[in-house]
Amino acid sequence: MTVDELVENFEFFDDWEDRYAYLMELGDTLPALADDVKVPANIVQGCMSQVWMVARLDADGRMHLEADSDARIVRGLIAILFVALQDRPPAEVLAADVGALFQRLGLDRHISLNRRNGFAAMVQRARAFAERAA
Amino acid sequence: MPFDAARARARFPIFEDAALVFLDSAASAQKPQAVLDALAHHYQRDNANIHRGVYDLSARATAAYEAARARVAAFLGAASPDEIVFTRGATEAINLVAQSFVRPRLGPGDEILVTEMEHHANIVPWQLIAEATGAVVVPAPVTDAGDLDLDAFAARVSSRTKFISVVHVSNAIGTVNPIADIIEIAKKNGIPTLIDAAQSVTHVPLDVQALGCDFLAFSGHKLYGPTGIGALYGRAELLAAMPPYQGGGDMIERVSFSGTTFAAPPARFEAGTPHIAGAVGLGAAIDWLTAQGLADVAAYEATLLDAALEALDALAGVHVVGRPRERASVISFLVDGLHPSDVGTLLDGYGIAVRTGHHCAWPLMDRLGVPGTTRLSVGVYNTLDDIERFSRALTRIVERFAR
Repeated sequence: MTVDELVENFEFFDDWEDRYAYLMELGDTLPALADDVKVPANIVQGCMSQVWMVARLDADGRMHLEADSDARIVRGLIAILFVALQDRPPAEVLAADVGALFQRLGLDRHISLNRRNGFAAMVQRARAFAERAA
Repeated sequence: MPFDAARARARFPIFEDAALVFLDSAASAQKPQAVLDALAHHYQRDNANIHRGVYDLSARATAAYEAARARVAAFLGAASPDEIVFTRGATEAINLVAQSFVRPRLGPGDEILVTEMEHHANIVPWQLIAEATGAVVVPAPVTDAGDLDLDAFAARVSSRTKFISVVHVSNAIGTVNPIADIIEIAKKNGIPTLIDAAQSVTHVPLDVQALGCDFLAFSGHKLYGPTGIGALYGRAELLAAMPPYQGGGDMIERVSFSGTTFAAPPARFEAGTPHIAGAVGLGAAIDWLTAQGLADVAAYEATLLDAALEALDALAGVHVVGRPRERASVISFLVDGLHPSDVGTLLDGYGIAVRTGHHCAWPLMDRLGVPGTTRLSVGVYNTLDDIERFSRALTRIVERFAR
């Protein structure tokens, strides 16, 4: 899914309940992280629920992210993050404006500041990987 | 006059937003107009630094500050206003007792007895001084239902126990602890006690002399007062024997480089310019709540909690966490297939404010085997309509979002 497709899908829904249900469905499609990856070193600080994130640089120079959370809405946010950042070269990850995407999806009105802080922490973690890889 | 909930609610300007269902008073309560007026009046008419001002304005500010202290003393049933130390809140009050009273009494192997249901603010201050002295913090066990196991508590009291600090009402699951029994056990063994009343002070009438506790701590902001102000009650002879906690102005008698002598309590423990307006606001909050009738308010809140429990129990896939014999203030629950933060976020979508997470009571969450909970709590302004709206929203969440 492209960013534009994601925005289009969200625009299709009139009310927040549907947007949240869709967000959670997106999260449900994420593969779960293995338990041996869900260790303290991989926890993203600043999230209200537990979030784990790891990244690797593939042979073709693209950054592959894996992340999981025990909260379904947060898994949905991870899915959004992946639409924006998954398998991109580190320079593209660093150039992406994920906050703006969040606004375009209309989620900023409903998701509380705490959650957004968690989202920001995830973006920051992804950017930190990209900076090290770039 | 019996307690009139609608009339009380109308005194809180924040509820001019009729869409707001506020079920998070256990974290911080809303403020009635009387408190806002007292704060504004203080800054508009009485504002000056207190104590030692020769001018009339300073004398008025001092009188207002000390009158607030007297209100707190009367509210808690203290023998004298001098037994009330203003602090930033319950947390600072507990830290003060830990550092000034308990720490000098500790040696290696000594024990501080708490319970598994303490807020972190009644765990970490003891861990800090235990670390420094070689003492140990001992938690008394909680049953699966969320009650303190009083026999096990008594069994953990020994000659090594130097202090007992127990929460009155659990902020996480609402358990009302039998503090009279706990204090009796402590007294029998000659062990001083602190009651963490942060959660109980708005819901349960307190009388420190009848209880016989040595210290009691609470925060103003949960009592419909301002943030940044709270109080420590300490028995006069104990406060008198305690060294200062922080150094600065207002807590001294005479300062010289050859030696400084300290003021008598409570001034000894109030270094620097205190939160004068906050104390005045807290006094107004106590006046306002007292005028509503605390026992009547507590009975009213119990009907709200009963209604909420009934609604939660009627929903398949919803589980109340903690079934204490006696409950005040809060109910914690879990929803199958949803994380507490999902439930809290979704409730927010329906305009309902609740708290989610570990509620600063991680050891209790571990004991009960839950990652955290969603917690609703009630205050003087909540109505059965709030509970009804909460119940409808949660029903919808279970139907729509839970797997």
